[in-house]
Amino acid sequence: MAMTMHVDIVSAEETFYSGPAEFVAAPSILGEVGIYPRHAPMLTRIKPGSVRVKRAMSDEEDLIYVSGGILEVQPDVVTVLADSAIRGEDLDEAKAVEAKQKAEEAMKNREAVLEFARAEAELAEAIAQLSAIEKLRKKR
Amino acid sequence: MAGGKEIRTKIKSVQNTQKITRAMEMVAAAKMRKAQDRMRTARPYGEKIRNVAAHMSRAHPEYTHPFMAGRADSKRVGIIVVSSDKGLCGGLNTNVLRLVLGKIKGWEQAGVKADATAIGNKGLGFLQRLGANVVSSATGLGDTPHLDKLIGPVKVMLDAYSEGKLDALYVFYTKFINTMKQEPVMEQLLPLSSDQLGGATGVWDYIYEPDAKSVIDQVLRRYIEALIYQAVAENMASEQSARMVAMKAASDNAGNVIGELKLVYNKTRQAAITKELAEICAGAAAVG
Repeated sequence: MAMTMHVDIVSAEETFYSGPAEFVAAPSILGEVGIYPRHAPMLTRIKPGSVRVKRAMSDEEDLIYVSGGILEVQPDVVTVLADSAIRGEDLDEAKAVEAKQKAEEAMKNREAVLEFARAEAELAEAIAQLSAIEKLRKKR
Repeated sequence: MAGGKEIRTKIKSVQNTQKITRAMEMVAAAKMRKAQDRMRTARPYGEKIRNVAAHMSRAHPEYTHPFMAGRADSKRVGIIVVSSDKGLCGGLNTNVLRLVLGKIKGWEQAGVKADATAIGNKGLGFLQRLGANVVSSATGLGDTPHLDKLIGPVKVMLDAYSEGKLDALYVFYTKFINTMKQEPVMEQLLPLSSDQLGGATGVWDYIYEPDAKSVIDQVLRRYIEALIYQAVAENMASEQSARMVAMKAASDNAGNVIGELKLVYNKTRQAAITKELAEICAGAAAVG
C-alpha cells in the first residue's frame, strides 16, 4: 500500500475535502507544487486555481476549485485554507471604503430623517391648500 | 362587567396575535437548525487556521508581526459589535449591548477612546444613539453569513491597528451555548496573545513561499476574519434560538390570556341567562 497523508480542504463557509490521499497538487503563488507524504513543513499562499487530490486506494483524482488561500504542509497532514470569497488587494480596499461610507451615511441619516419629516409636513400642507382651492372653485 | 360582544372581539384579537407569534416561532425553529449547521461548518476552518497560527507563533521566525506584538499602554481601542438585524428576539441584543455600554464607560473613565464597527442593524442604531465613533458598518446580512460582506468592515479595523491608530481590538457577540441559553461575550482579537494560540512546544519552522512576511500577514488576517465570521455565525444561531424561545413564550402567554377571557365571557353569558330566566319566572308568577 502506498503511503498516505491526511488532506483537509476547508473554507470558512464549508469543507470541500477531508480524508487520506496519496498526492496533492496545488497552484502555489510561485507555480504549481506537488506534494507527496513526508514533505518538509511548508507554508505558502496559493493563487486561484484548482487543487488536485489523488485519493488513497483509488486512481481517481478530485479537482477542487479554490479562489486563493493558504497551503500548509506537514509531514503527514496537508491543509488547504481556501478563501470563500474572491480576494484581491484592490477589491478588499474597495470593500473597506464601502463599509466606511455606509457608517457615515447612517450617521447622516439621522438628520435626513428630520429633513424627511419636514418635507412630509410641507407636502401635507400643500395638499390641504390645493383641496381647499378646489372646493372653493366648485362652490362658484 | 364588560359586555359579551366586547369580550368576543378581544378574544379574537388575542387569537390573531397568537397565530402570528406561533408562525414566527415555527419559522425561527426551522431557521435555527440551519443556523446551527452553518455555525458547525465554520468550525473546521477556524480550528485549522488556529493550528497554523499557533505553529507559526511557536516557530519564532525572523519576523514578528504587529498583530502578535503587545502594546505597552492602550489609548484607543477598536470594538466590533455583532448584533442582529431584526428585533423580536427576547433580550439578545439588549444583553450584548449592555455589555458594550459597560465596557465603553469603563474605558472612558480610564481615558481610553473607542472606535466602533457595527455588524447588524440593532448595534448600529445603538452605537449612534450613544454617540460612539462608528468607523465602519455592515448591515442586512440576511440569514446566511457571508465572509464577503465582513471583509470590508474588518479590514478598516485591521488597517487602523497596523497603522498604530488602535492599540487593541475586541469583538462583542452572543455566544451560542444551547437552544435555551445564549451568553453575551467580549473577546480580544488583537494583539493575539500566545496563550490564546497554545503554549510553545518543539522548535521547527516552515519553509515559507514566497517569504515569511507576506505569508504570515495573510494567515493572521485570515485568522482574525475567521474569528469574526465564527462570531457572526454564532450570533445568528443565537438570534434564531432566542427568537424561537421568545415567540414560544408569547404564544403561551396569549393562550393564558385567551383562557382567562373565555372564563369571563362564559361567566357573563351565564349571568345573562340566569337573569333572563329569573325575569321570565317573575313575569309568569305575576300573571298567574
